[in-house]
Amino acid sequence: MLRNNFARAWHSDVGYSFRNSPVTVVAALFVLVLFAGAVLAPLVAPYDPFDPATLNLMNGFTPPMEANAFTGQLFWLGTDDQGRDVFSAILYGMRISLFVGFSAVLLAMVLGVTLGLIAGYFGGWLDSIIMRVADIQLTFTSILVAMLIFGVAKGLTPPDMRDEMAIWVLIVSIGLSDWVQFARVVRGATLVERGKEYVQAARLIGRRPLAIMFRHVLPNVLSPVLVIGTIGLALAIIAEATLSFLGVGAPPTQPSLGTLIRIGQGFLFSGEWWILFFPATTLLILALSVNLLGDWLREALNPRLR
Amino acid sequence: MLAFVIRRVAQSIIVLLAVGLVAFSLFRFVGDPVENMLGQERTQADIERLRGQLGLDDPFPVQYWRFLSGAVQGEFGVSYRQGRPVSDLLVERAPATLELAFVSGLFALVFGIGLGIYTAIRRRGWLAHSIMTASLIGVSLPTFLIGILLIYLFAVELGWLPSFGRGETVMIGGWSTGFLTGSGLKALILPSITLGLYQMTLIMRLVRSEMLEVLRQDYIRFAWARGLPQRAVYFGHALKNTLVPVITVTGLQIGSIIAFAIITETVFQWPGVGLLFINAVQFVDIPVMAAYLMLISVMFVGINLFVDLLYVAIDPRLRVDRTTAAR
Repeated sequence: MLRNNFARAWHSDVGYSFRNSPVTVVAALFVLVLFAGAVLAPLVAPYDPFDPATLNLMNGFTPPMEANAFTGQLFWLGTDDQGRDVFSAILYGMRISLFVGFSAVLLAMVLGVTLGLIAGYFGGWLDSIIMRVADIQLTFTSILVAMLIFGVAKGLTPPDMRDEMAIWVLIVSIGLSDWVQFARVVRGATLVERGKEYVQAARLIGRRPLAIMFRHVLPNVLSPVLVIGTIGLALAIIAEATLSFLGVGAPPTQPSLGTLIRIGQGFLFSGEWWILFFPATTLLILALSVNLLGDWLREALNPRLR
Repeated sequence: MLAFVIRRVAQSIIVLLAVGLVAFSLFRFVGDPVENMLGQERTQADIERLRGQLGLDDPFPVQYWRFLSGAVQGEFGVSYRQGRPVSDLLVERAPATLELAFVSGLFALVFGIGLGIYTAIRRRGWLAHSIMTASLIGVSLPTFLIGILLIYLFAVELGWLPSFGRGETVMIGGWSTGFLTGSGLKALILPSITLGLYQMTLIMRLVRSEMLEVLRQDYIRFAWARGLPQRAVYFGHALKNTLVPVITVTGLQIGSIIAFAIITETVFQWPGVGLLFINAVQFVDIPVMAAYLMLISVMFVGINLFVDLLYVAIDPRLRVDRTTAAR
C-alpha cells in the first residue's frame, strides 16, 4: 500500500519534475539528513551537551579531528571553551531550531489560512479590517514584529519562568509575525473559488459557511499554502537564529543554532574558528536547502508553468 | 488629486493612533512600572509616592491622553533600566543610526543601480552572470552571518578595518558625527555594507529587469535608428524610464533598513537606536520599547505616505487615473 503510493508519487508530474532537477534532489537529501540528525540527536550524538557530568574542562578548545592533548579524546568538529562537543551541540541545537521553525510556521499557517478564508468568503467590513491589519503589519518587517512580541511576552511572564517559557514565546512571536503571507494568498484564492458553482451548490443544500469554508474551499486553495509554508519554514529558521543570535531568543540552557553562533562569535578573534564556523555552515545549508525545495515546489505545483 | 492626498493623510493618522494605543497599553499593562523602577528594598510609602508621581491612579483615557500628548512632544517617560529620560537616550543614539542608514542606503542605491545597468547591458557577459549568481547567494545569507563573515575577512584576517564601535566622533551642535574623522569613516564601511547588501541586490535585480524590459521598447529602437550615441540611449532614454519603480522600492526599503539596523548594530556593537532597543527587549525596559515603536511607526508611515505622494507626482498616468476614478 505504502509502496504503491510512493510509486504513484514517483511517477506523477510532480515526481517527474523532482527527478529532473538535480539541485532539488541534492537539497532534499541535505534536508533529509539534517532532519534525521536533529530528530535522532539523542541516538546519533556522541556526547550529551546538556549533561554537566560528561563535560570535562580539560577537553576545552580541542580543534576538530585532533586528539585532545590531555585526555586523548577525539572530537569530529572540535569542542568549545567548556569542552562541549560542537557536533553534538549542533545536532541538539538544530532540534530546537527546527522545532521552533515548524511550530511557528504551523501557527502562522493556521492563523493566516483561517483569517484569509474569513476575509475572502465573507468580504465586507470583516475583509477590510483583516486586510488593513495585514497591510500595517507588512510595512513593519516581520523580524521587528517578532522582537516586539517577544519583548511584550517576556514582560508578561514571571521572571523565574522566563527561561522555560522562552522557546514557546519564540514560537508565538515568529508565528504571529508571519501569518500575513498566508492570509493574502488564501484570501485571493478564496475570492476566486467563492463564485464557482460547487460553492453555490453547497450553499443551496444548506451547508453552513464554516463547513463550506473548511470542507469545500480550503482543499482547493491548499497548494499555494504548501509553497508558502515551505519557504516560510526557511524564513522562520532564519528568524529564530537571528533572534537567538541577538540574545532575545533561545536561552543558553537550550541553545539553538543561533545561540551557538552567538557563543562562537566570541571566539572569532582568538582563533577558535570551529566553534563559530560549523553552526553557521549548518544553518546556511539548512536554510538554503529548504529554500530551494520551496522554489521547486512553487514551480512544480503551478499548473500554469507546466 | 487633493481628495487622494487627504484620504492618505487621514489613513496615516489613524494608523499612528492605533500604534499609539498599542504602545501605551504596553507601557501601562506589561509588568508593573513601579515594581520595575524600585529595587528590592522599598517601602509602601515609596510605592505610593511613585504611583502618584507617574499618575498611575488616574483613569485610563486621561493616562492615554497624557501619553499621546507626551509622545507628540517627544516625551516617553524614564527608562526603567538607565533611570534617564527616554527622549535623551534617543537623541543621543539617533545620529549613529541615521548616519549608518544613510551610508548603507547610498551604498545600496549607487551600487544597485550601477550593477543593475551593467548586468542589463552586458546581459550575456561572464561578469554579469557571476554578479547575478553571487547576488542569489547574498540574498539567502542571513544579515548577521554577512556581518560576521565581513568581520572575519577584513578585521581578523586582513586587519584593515575595525570590527566594532564608531571610531572617533566629532560633536557638532548635539549631533555626534563620524564623517569627519578617519577612524569614524573607516568604522562605517563594514556595518554599511552589511546593512546595505540585501537592499543592493534587491535594487540591482529590479533595475536589471526594468532595463531589459525598457530596452525592448519601440522608442529605444527608434533612438538607436536616430543614431544617438550609446550613452544617450542607455542613460538618457532607458534609465530614466526605469526609475519610478526603483524610487518606490527604495523608499519602502528605508523602513527595513531601520529594522535590520538592529541586527547590524548588535553584530558591530554600533551605539545606535537599534542596540538601545534590543537591550530594552532583553531587560524588558518598556518605556524604551514603547518609544522605539512610536518612532519607527512614525517613520514607516511617513515614508509610505511620502512614496505614495511622490509616485503620483512623478507618474502623470496615475494622476489621470485617480481623478477619473474619483469622478
